[in-house]
Amino acid sequence: MTAAVASEAGTRRYETVIGIETHCELGTATKMFCACPTVFGAEPNTQVCPVCLGEPGSLPVANGRAVDYAARIGLALHCRIAERSQFHRKNYFYPDMPKNYQISQYDEPLCVDGWLDVDVEGEVRRIGITRVHLEEDTGKSLHVGATGRIHGADYSLVDYNRAGIPLVEVVSEPDLRSAEEARAYAEELRAVLLALGVSDAKLEEGSMRFDVNVSIRPLGQAEYGTKIELKNLNSLRSLYRAVAYEADRQHRVLAEGGKLTQETRHWDEGAGRTEPMRSKEFATDYRYFPEPDLVPIEATAGWVDGLRAELPELPAERRARLAEATGLPAKEVGWLVRDPEVLAYFEAVLPGRDPKVVAGWVMGELQHDLREFGHTMASNPVGPERLGQLLDLLAAGTISATAAKDVLAEMFTSEASPATVVERKGLAQISDTGELEAVVQRVVAANPDLADKFRGGKRGVLGALVGQVMRETHGRANPKLVSDLLERHIGG
Amino acid sequence: MSPADWAGPADPVPGSLADLTAHELAERFADGRATAVQATEAALERIAATDEQLHAFLTVTSDQALKAAGEVDAARERGAPLGPLAGVPLALKDVLVTKGVRTTAGSKILDEFVPPYDATVVRRLRDSGVVILGKTNMDEFAMGSSTENSGFGTTRNPWDPTQVPGGSSGGSAAAVAAGQAPLGIGTDTGGSIRQPAALCGIVGVKPTYGLVSRYGLIAFASSLDQVGPFARDVRDAATLLETIAGHDPMDSTSIPDAPVDFTSGLTEGIEGLRVGVVKELFLEGTEPGVLARVREGLDRLERLGARLEECSLPSFEYALSAYYLIAPAECSSNLARYDGVRWGLRAKDSADVVDMMQRTRQAGFGAEVKRRIMLGTYALSAGYYDAYYGQAQKVRTLVRRELEDAYRRFDLLVGPTAPTVAFPVGEKADDPLAMYLNDVFTIPVNLAGNAAVSVPAGLSEGLPVGLQLIAPALGEATMLRAAWAFEQDLGLSTRPIRPTAATGEVGP
Repeated sequence: MTAAVASEAGTRRYETVIGIETHCELGTATKMFCACPTVFGAEPNTQVCPVCLGEPGSLPVANGRAVDYAARIGLALHCRIAERSQFHRKNYFYPDMPKNYQISQYDEPLCVDGWLDVDVEGEVRRIGITRVHLEEDTGKSLHVGATGRIHGADYSLVDYNRAGIPLVEVVSEPDLRSAEEARAYAEELRAVLLALGVSDAKLEEGSMRFDVNVSIRPLGQAEYGTKIELKNLNSLRSLYRAVAYEADRQHRVLAEGGKLTQETRHWDEGAGRTEPMRSKEFATDYRYFPEPDLVPIEATAGWVDGLRAELPELPAERRARLAEATGLPAKEVGWLVRDPEVLAYFEAVLPGRDPKVVAGWVMGELQHDLREFGHTMASNPVGPERLGQLLDLLAAGTISATAAKDVLAEMFTSEASPATVVERKGLAQISDTGELEAVVQRVVAANPDLADKFRGGKRGVLGALVGQVMRETHGRANPKLVSDLLERHIGG
Repeated sequence: MSPADWAGPADPVPGSLADLTAHELAERFADGRATAVQATEAALERIAATDEQLHAFLTVTSDQALKAAGEVDAARERGAPLGPLAGVPLALKDVLVTKGVRTTAGSKILDEFVPPYDATVVRRLRDSGVVILGKTNMDEFAMGSSTENSGFGTTRNPWDPTQVPGGSSGGSAAAVAAGQAPLGIGTDTGGSIRQPAALCGIVGVKPTYGLVSRYGLIAFASSLDQVGPFARDVRDAATLLETIAGHDPMDSTSIPDAPVDFTSGLTEGIEGLRVGVVKELFLEGTEPGVLARVREGLDRLERLGARLEECSLPSFEYALSAYYLIAPAECSSNLARYDGVRWGLRAKDSADVVDMMQRTRQAGFGAEVKRRIMLGTYALSAGYYDAYYGQAQKVRTLVRRELEDAYRRFDLLVGPTAPTVAFPVGEKADDPLAMYLNDVFTIPVNLAGNAAVSVPAGLSEGLPVGLQLIAPALGEATMLRAAWAFEQDLGLSTRPIRPTAATGEVGP
């Protein structure tokens, strides 16, 4: 596709310009500025202390591990680590923020000026990374009342367990040009975070969220159009849909002769549209100033070099290596690399086996069964060794592909080896010519018209005949052998 | 009037332990002439006898104090190792949080606030066996120079109850001056330890920024706030500073590996010490009596062997203006958390959360606090930040640089602590600018994060004058050595002042 031109509104005169601010929860054991645990899903207000509650007199102390993690993200995104960076206070009143200011970074962030290469349907796009900075999360409010919002609520409940959880904010340049690119960028960024092991990047638990700036401008125009901010998108699907909708909406407004005003809009997932946010729900002047309770972060060369040396293999490098080693197409390589657990599994099964077959099973049947049995890669009961054994049985012709699927499903509920399952269920493939001969004869006799067509040159009908033999043998026949026998039999 | 006119107690109670300094008490504890419980009882009695007039305390924790004192006595009985201040009573400014004990910061908005934890300084005091008598009055959130801005009434100066004790740590200063406690803890953001120490005729130390932990100190202006000691002599102040100083992992701005020995070299004298007399601290408008005592003090330092020379620090002229942008800016953010959502006052029957927050803050904060929140909010606002807060930070850098330059030539700097002696209650209460000018000599030290001490230099018209010695960061040992030499040579009484009863007309 031509990513540079948005055509949702049926006009090709405008391009969409997108920048994404990604908030990602870091996987540290303790919070950003205190020693409270960060476990998800605990009883409300059980993971709190004077510091994250903002009790009078309490002081923050930066979590060194979180700073390391943020710097690793910066390095993986080819950023420069600032020799000196500083926390700032972002001041606004909101009940889920204990201090009524958020400790964040402002004009002296930890990491600046990087990039991330994103593969958009085979085309590599280099997206600029403006900055990566650290901040603390806020608590969570539950507004009880007709509106479900703080305005008009009868009362509100606040859970401060999340207050003070370390976040990184990764800010992209406005280099993205379509909803597809936005989604690809988010996916790639997520893969980087997972590869670094700094976050579980679980969208469903809110540990990765997106604020997106969308504007459109006439093609060829250098200045940006009026910027609309979409806040708090929490899935790749929402991100894609919201951006696509918003770009389309802006086209429509302009096409109808309307004017866009800079604003923050809310994505309504159910209704599938964006709506203006009530202006009172966000402040316009945050009165940033340097956080006097925290000393600046001084990045020594030794610290940065150490972090750089410890960087793991990143998704782009992995993809290149995997493509080279396996000859798999880019799409499959990309899929395998997206999740480090999948990749590790794939690589454990791979040695001595056909990459195409291994990839096919890991991406296809295995994922299908994981979903079916309510498992994740982390809880996958079928270890790489057992899947490998299964694929070996398949390769040796001992079982058919159909049978192999049954065996794999069986292995989810049993710890037996694939060979044992095959034996127990009698799934071994019939490769005995004599045994199959009789079935082949029966099938040919029962389908004289198909046999005639084949003889007449319509070789395509062979598939139908093979299928019949397979059915008669309950899938256990060796399909290659069956074709050979059929050909010989009809032709002879 | 000469320094020698400084009288002892007007109505001394013969043999009262409340009249003794901490090291005098420690001697008596050691040789068995007194117990911690007796010292605590004497202090509580003095509070009972005088505090109706002085109003130094907001909360007196008699039971806890007697219990703590009893534990020290029991430990001593057992022969357990005890620190030099074990069993000594102390008056704690109500801005340091105390677990389970109401802590107000002098504000109605925290009238009912009971903290869930102890400040690091409080923990260190308790660990050293210091007996905390209660929580002392202060200007609301430490904003003020007279203790008149307290949400709970004004503290009176024991030298003359018609006069203010200074502020914001006026409660602790008055308590120590009146013998309600031999030791006190205050905080100093722009002079809030040194100025009341000067006005109450006692010793007050503003330590180097980062020497004493701020964890548990209810913040006014985080980059300026520092906790420090009050005492009736320099030795006690130095010992108390040793007890509370030192690195705290809970305070990111706390200095690691800072020296914390301020007593072993205390008596070594000041022969050859280079002392800079800061021209800008001898402003026109300073009371003649104050200038006279301070100039006598300079002569005394010289006689003791110090080499004095005038120096000029022109940036001091802008320090007050810079301070009144930086401190309010930080306070506007620090005080945002008092919104009625989690603790303290909450306005009733509010229409919604914004209404609740607004009405809570409207009702809970006093006029001066509101004034500074507005000043600070304005100074940080988009479009004004560079002109106000940004410019103030530049002045701050300039003050720091000029001081650094001065320390190449001088070990210490010297000047008056405050431009006046204590002033009448009510005199400046409605004139914020006149009140702010009280801090003109103390503020530059906070901006630079340096150390300073106010030590009594005699009386002017019957009221105490303070001499201020200023030291570079972590220069406390030298500074206190000079203060001790000065104090010993001057030889003023360390006995408390007894306020005249009832009428409150005249001082001692």
